[in-house]
Amino acid sequence: MTLNRRKFLGTTAAMAGTAMLPRAVLAADTIKVGSILDTSGIFDAYGKPMDMALRLAVNEINGAGGVLGRQLEVKAYDTQSDMALYSQYAQQLTRQDKVDVVHGGILSASREAIRQTMRKTNTLYFYNVQYEGGVCDRNIFCNGVTPAQQAEVLVPWAMKEAGGKKVYTLAADYNYGQITARWIQKFVQDAGGEVVETDFFPLDVADFGATIAKIQTAAPDLILAPLVGGAHLSFFRQWAASGMKDKIPLASTTLGVGNEHKVLTPEEGDGIMVAYSYSQDLDTPANNAFKERWSAAYGDPSALHELAVSTYYGVHTWAKGVEMAGSVEHDAVVKALETGIAVDGPAGTYTVDPKTHHSTVDVHLMKFKDQKMDVIETLQQRPPIDTQAVCDLETNPDDNTQYEIQI
Amino acid sequence: MDLSFVILVEMLYAVASLILIGAGLAVVFGMMKVINLAHGEFMMMGGYATITAVGLGVNVFVAMLIIAPLIVGLIGLVVERLVIRHLYGRLVDTMLATWGLSLFFIGLTTMIFGNTTTGISTPIPGFAVGGYQINGYNFFIIVVAVLLLIGILAVLKTTRAGLIARGAMQRADMAATLGYSPDRIYMATFFCGSALSGLAGAVLAPLVGLVPTSGGAYIAKAFITVIAGGPSLVAGLLSSAGVFGVVSQVFTFAISPVIGEVALLIAAVILLRLLPQGITGRFFKGKL
Repeated sequence: MTLNRRKFLGTTAAMAGTAMLPRAVLAADTIKVGSILDTSGIFDAYGKPMDMALRLAVNEINGAGGVLGRQLEVKAYDTQSDMALYSQYAQQLTRQDKVDVVHGGILSASREAIRQTMRKTNTLYFYNVQYEGGVCDRNIFCNGVTPAQQAEVLVPWAMKEAGGKKVYTLAADYNYGQITARWIQKFVQDAGGEVVETDFFPLDVADFGATIAKIQTAAPDLILAPLVGGAHLSFFRQWAASGMKDKIPLASTTLGVGNEHKVLTPEEGDGIMVAYSYSQDLDTPANNAFKERWSAAYGDPSALHELAVSTYYGVHTWAKGVEMAGSVEHDAVVKALETGIAVDGPAGTYTVDPKTHHSTVDVHLMKFKDQKMDVIETLQQRPPIDTQAVCDLETNPDDNTQYEIQI
Repeated sequence: MDLSFVILVEMLYAVASLILIGAGLAVVFGMMKVINLAHGEFMMMGGYATITAVGLGVNVFVAMLIIAPLIVGLIGLVVERLVIRHLYGRLVDTMLATWGLSLFFIGLTTMIFGNTTTGISTPIPGFAVGGYQINGYNFFIIVVAVLLLIGILAVLKTTRAGLIARGAMQRADMAATLGYSPDRIYMATFFCGSALSGLAGAVLAPLVGLVPTSGGAYIAKAFITVIAGGPSLVAGLLSSAGVFGVVSQVFTFAISPVIGEVALLIAAVILLRLLPQGITGRFFKGKL
């Protein structure tokens, strides 16, 4: 058989056409959910459980008959912990795959890399991670807790537990730590206390000996430590090693997000106070059922963390919005979500805040105990007050900025 | 009074940890002129070796002082045989090769242990000095650093092996003429250097949260200490670690940890501007 160019092109086109045919039919039936997460590389400890949670939620929805009678289809891209890949895959998701919604992004940098692409192409975007707050954009829904949601409840409670008013802050030296330290200052003052000193640490500082001596000189009643990452974990080790742990109580807004309480020994961790919207150790029927579903799908649930759970909420929140709107059309879904949709799940209720597109969540006050988080108290429905202070999408729907919140 | 004692201990500790971090590199880079960019990863592997051994039920001190150096030394031996020995005398090429090795080790460790933070707790309790609590483990590190320096000095100065090693580093051809195989000597020296790195990583492991990329935190300090120290091994290590440890701690106490780190780097820049050959290029000449 001789093959000339025309014949070749004709055959391949026909072949490609047939190959695409069933997909095209299928595509008309399914709703496409885009996912863009780091499931390999240095952030995979965050990204992998998030990806699993997204698929779990999608499978649950599909198992219950889908959304509007249509099945969901996941289009997932692994960004390999490389910020450059975010913009590339965002283009692919929005322009080539033409997905109906995108869930994903982990670091704030990755969110900002794709947020404008989503907005330009009118693709609804869910960012499901704890972050520094302040994003004001009608096309995005931010599902994670912001510093004020945690600090607002954690600070007064920790001060009460510590029984004193002098607070020493140790924070990571980048935007999250800087912003959180300012919130801590505000809430300490609101509670009638005083921040005696705030020290910032670059992310690679692993030696806290001098700091521990300085803290003892200042003799505070409580230490608040929004420290981030493996190097900073050393502080909690060295603090316990110097025998200070039972003398001055500790509270943190970050310790435990990456399941750090399982790395610290009970002697090092016990008694540290934290506040999160989720912990594996929440003993509620909803959480136990969720962990069972997770185990059935993936086995051991010990890698679960707050970010995975808020991704799970993100998918369900969006699906509920689509059901309510009666279509996947962008503006209709946004309007439906802005009615203040609430979803119940393993961490309690997540409610969409229409003004900011952030979430009102339950916050649990917890203490580390035997490498678990022991829930002391649950505070219902804490609104994202930091973002609410700067962002109002009801009066200003065309806003498209990330505000730096002035305190 | 109590505070000044605490500050003194913290300074000694800072100096000691710089000595530990620098020792392995001082042997590999200072003596053998191999720019080992995987030095941080050798330390990281020492930490992981300790944690794994402790997890298997080995006494923590045995794990830190014997097992970790041995394992990392053996890894160093393999690396030397496979890669480094082809590159002696080619400074830039060793840099590229060891950088590749460092990426390889980070990837390998991630595959084996996962990309999560691990660690063990310090085996020595803290104790009180007046109104202050001090980390008892700091003293252990100081003691290890002192013994290490004495050990290196003793081996290089009093033993035949040390003499041969020093000779081969200076004139490999002469050593060969006298019947010693430079190849063997280089191999043994690289083993010792790697073992020292493993020891440092192991001893520092209980103080930090360990991740496969932990090595990056050590590498800059190690090179600064060794380069500023200059040509002689022990005197150089001691003097530059002394200067940098004291400078960084003074500024950390007086202002903040960030300024402490900045002060260390500025001190290094000024020192190298004034003494381009390192401290022992001008002072303590001819000492070991």
